[in-house]
Amino acid sequence: MTSLSATIQDVFNEADCAKNANKSEAARKKGCTKQLQPGGAAGGCAFDGAKIALQPFTDVAHLVHGPIACEGNSWDNRGSASSGPDLWRRSFTTDMHEIDVVFGGEKRLYKAIKEIIEKYDPPAIFVYQTCVPAMIGDDINAVCKIAAAKFGKSVIPVNSPGFVGSKNLGNKLAGEALLEYVIGTQEPDRTTPYDINLIGEYNLSGELWQIKPLLDEIGIRILSCISGDGKYREVACSHRARAAMMVCSKAMINVASKMRERYGIPFFEGSFYGIQDTSEALRKIARMLIERGAPPQLMERTEAAVAREEAKAWAAIERFKTRFVGKKVLLVTGGVKSWSVVAALQEAGLEIVGTSVKKSTSEDRERIQKLMGHDAHMIEDLTPREMYKMLKEAEADIMLSGGKSQFVALKAAMPWLDINQERCHAYMGYVGIVKLMEEIDKALNNPIWDQLRMPAPWDNAEGNWQAKALAQVDVSAPGGAPNSVGAEKAPHAKRTRSCKTVELSIIEDRVSAHGSTAVGTMAQDTDASAASKRASENKMPAQPVSALQAAE
Amino acid sequence: MAIVTCSKKACTINPLKMSQPIGGSFAFLGLRGAMPLLHGSQGCTSFGLTLFVRHFKEAVPLQTTAMSEVSTVLGGYENVEQAILNIYKRVKPEIIGINSTGVTETKGDDVEAFIRLIRQNHPHLENVPFVYVSTPDFKDAFQDGWEKTVARLVEVLVDPVDPAAPRDCSRVNVLPGCHLTPGDLDELRTIFEDFGLRPSFLPDIAGSLDGHIPEEFTPTTIGGIGVDEIASMGQAVWTIAIGTQMRRAAEAMQAKTGTPFRLFERLCGLVPNDEFMTFLSEISGEPVPTKYRRQRGQLADAMLDAHFHIGGRKLAIGAEPDLLFDISSMLYEMGAQVTAAVTTTASPVLERVKAQEVVIGDLEDLEELAKARDCNLLISHSHGRQAAARLDIPFYRAGFPMFDRLGAGHQMSVSYRGTRELIFDLANLIIADREANHQPTPATWQITGAGLHVVPPQLN
Ligand code: SF4
Repeated sequence: MTSLSATIQDVFNEADCAKNANKSEAARKKGCTKQLQPGGAAGGCAFDGAKIALQPFTDVAHLVHGPIACEGNSWDNRGSASSGPDLWRRSFTTDMHEIDVVFGGEKRLYKAIKEIIEKYDPPAIFVYQTCVPAMIGDDINAVCKIAAAKFGKSVIPVNSPGFVGSKNLGNKLAGEALLEYVIGTQEPDRTTPYDINLIGEYNLSGELWQIKPLLDEIGIRILSCISGDGKYREVACSHRARAAMMVCSKAMINVASKMRERYGIPFFEGSFYGIQDTSEALRKIARMLIERGAPPQLMERTEAAVAREEAKAWAAIERFKTRFVGKKVLLVTGGVKSWSVVAALQEAGLEIVGTSVKKSTSEDRERIQKLMGHDAHMIEDLTPREMYKMLKEAEADIMLSGGKSQFVALKAAMPWLDINQERCHAYMGYVGIVKLMEEIDKALNNPIWDQLRMPAPWDNAEGNWQAKALAQVDVSAPGGAPNSVGAEKAPHAKRTRSCKTVELSIIEDRVSAHGSTAVGTMAQDTDASAASKRASENKMPAQPVSALQAAE
Repeated sequence: MAIVTCSKKACTINPLKMSQPIGGSFAFLGLRGAMPLLHGSQGCTSFGLTLFVRHFKEAVPLQTTAMSEVSTVLGGYENVEQAILNIYKRVKPEIIGINSTGVTETKGDDVEAFIRLIRQNHPHLENVPFVYVSTPDFKDAFQDGWEKTVARLVEVLVDPVDPAAPRDCSRVNVLPGCHLTPGDLDELRTIFEDFGLRPSFLPDIAGSLDGHIPEEFTPTTIGGIGVDEIASMGQAVWTIAIGTQMRRAAEAMQAKTGTPFRLFERLCGLVPNDEFMTFLSEISGEPVPTKYRRQRGQLADAMLDAHFHIGGRKLAIGAEPDLLFDISSMLYEMGAQVTAAVTTTASPVLERVKAQEVVIGDLEDLEELAKARDCNLLISHSHGRQAAARLDIPFYRAGFPMFDRLGAGHQMSVSYRGTRELIFDLANLIIADREANHQPTPATWQITGAGLHVVPPQLN
């Protein structure tokens, strides 16, 4: 445990974290994980974070040491994409039983490693520590070391018991494991002046592949992506890159800054969300590579690609602008997405009524301030009830968030779009931003909202003929048993039994019998003039959808 | 009949099993105004929450005592207390249901004692019921968590009654196993009501997780059985338990209130539903409504139509014990062979599965068995999809979790109607697979050294 707490201290001491730099020595040691509130909202644990960060390595086995809870409840729940190996999609766990808890789980862990090597022979095994084995003192570092020596394989301990902290801390602990056991352990076959690392990019929904062709065209090579579509050997060789881009907020900033320290690889933080951010990121990569010795023509190629892609993307977004006029967005996400998505949305002319900054750093906040101006509506921590209220009172027309809060919007019958990890579309880069606009447009302008927000006919205010009819039924027919029905009504008896004022089925029958189309003749044919008149007074939705569409 | 064996591997690969505390929380989710609380670290709750949300596509209340490294070592009294106080202040639940996890069981927290102390220190919580169930992760599985929790709900919340006191003849208690869906419960409710019976479902996940849109946003469960209704369950004339896992709760009910019970091990298939209908007719004194006589005929017809397709299929099934027994029995009766059966945890019902062997294991075991024994239909929860894809055989999703298709909550397997729908779904799946993958080609029949040879083996 001591080595783990030292690692955590070290992670907290991150000098490149702007938030940290302003803190006193003592405060810095405490770290930035807030004390969790028992009975307050729950996020993922450190193990969750570590697994998220490393699971996109596709050719290794990810073995979770612990009882069934940690892995059994969570596996197979993220959509990173792989261009080849699929071992990462299999789930491996020691599924500790009571007997292991009493006598220790190290033996079982060792055997599990052996079984995996015999069956799948992966280039490496990542072994994740979870709470229970950490409590009973299973030394996974030792087991991994012995197994590695015995089988001649990389067996990497990832010390991430859930209770040490949040998901975010887990990301960093995963990074530490890479730094200590993987990065710099192998040499690439060849290097070029155009080699970069992407750090903190997980290739969700295959997003990385929206960027890669551009990099290829410009002539930049991704030596290693940590960890999207990653392979073990690539990350082992990643210390030979010339520059690095930190893609997703600060999740793995410790990897970026330690690689700069150890191997002199400069890095910058950037985002591929939004047109300008994408261009900016591409330029920065080129600039860094040139500074480190790449020929200056690299910038020309970059600019050419940027100009071409930007023009295409702008043109594609143009057509949404008129459709988005006056539409307001509530953004409930955290960290880097709180600003990178803001920029993207503004590009399409959407107004942002609020963005949550729960997990954002002060740097993230400054960026938002810059983007949104004085009326930046930053929301610290929105409870579901508040979100619901904002939507219900139509302060926003659409909510963008992660999957967990989707029902807040959907139950308020408001459009919602997933922009977090479980989403099934790729929103990165020039193509992705257009896709995002398309999805927002689809959500906003879907005809279902009009229908869904309409009350049921019988729920309409008093005076409604349906409501009266229902009330009558309740009085005259307790238990809802149909009264004896005439032969003419029989086929429709069921459908019409709650409607006393006028038999809808009879109307249908007579209308079709007479072939009447105009309201007047229909009323005559069916003796339903009174009812139909009342219905029209109440704006009974005869053709609600088309009527509403026509009104638009 | 079936021999139950245990997988011998040290490494579980592609787990079929989910943890016990999550099963416990699931039971609490069937109570109105409830807040299930997992006593453990936050990750345990977050994973459970994600699992439920992905399956039901519904907002799900679930809380954590957020045990940190320090509190885990020192003991969790303060965390349980804080959690209860916070939940009470924020959401005013009608009941708080607490399950332990591996973390707190390893430490050995005595939560019952914690609760007594909390009651002492906070008299204003007097009217909020707390139900605590011990459910360590390193023992048993999802279904066991449900089983223990429902039994505990009966023990704690049902008011004892004098066994000699008169009973309400129209009232019945229904104790559904966790393999039943909200759709199943809705169907059962209709059936009971058609016999003039008033059922109390414990738990009632149909009320809370059937996907309706509430007027207001609620931070607790939006429906389900209320604490007051549970208290009065002793007045019912019968308890009907569905699934072997519910025996324990039914016995607890009988011990406490004298209410006799009848256990239906399964409600999928013709014969079990005949028994069910007969029983309801007996206890209600009503004849079986015409509607169900018709539905029986429809099921019989569906079985006739589908047996051409289902008969002879070699079934590989991975499910929790009661669901495994339920579906595999029905398919066996339709002429399928239960060739590979894998389950998560021990249960007396497993011996009666119509297979040679039932393995307590994981999806890798199922995949290997299915491959070795040439199975041509695979049934399991959504995680089985990778195995089915690799084996290239049709895959039917049943059980929890079902995260990659819509409508999990409304899928039905009970009653004549539910069985009929299930049979049609399965048969159609098989027909579609045959059309897509098993059409004969000129290469299907080849002359080899040994004469005319069939490649690949034709199905049906
Ligand atoms: S908090 Fe601990 S026990 Fe719970 S899921 Fe995370 S690692 Fe596993």
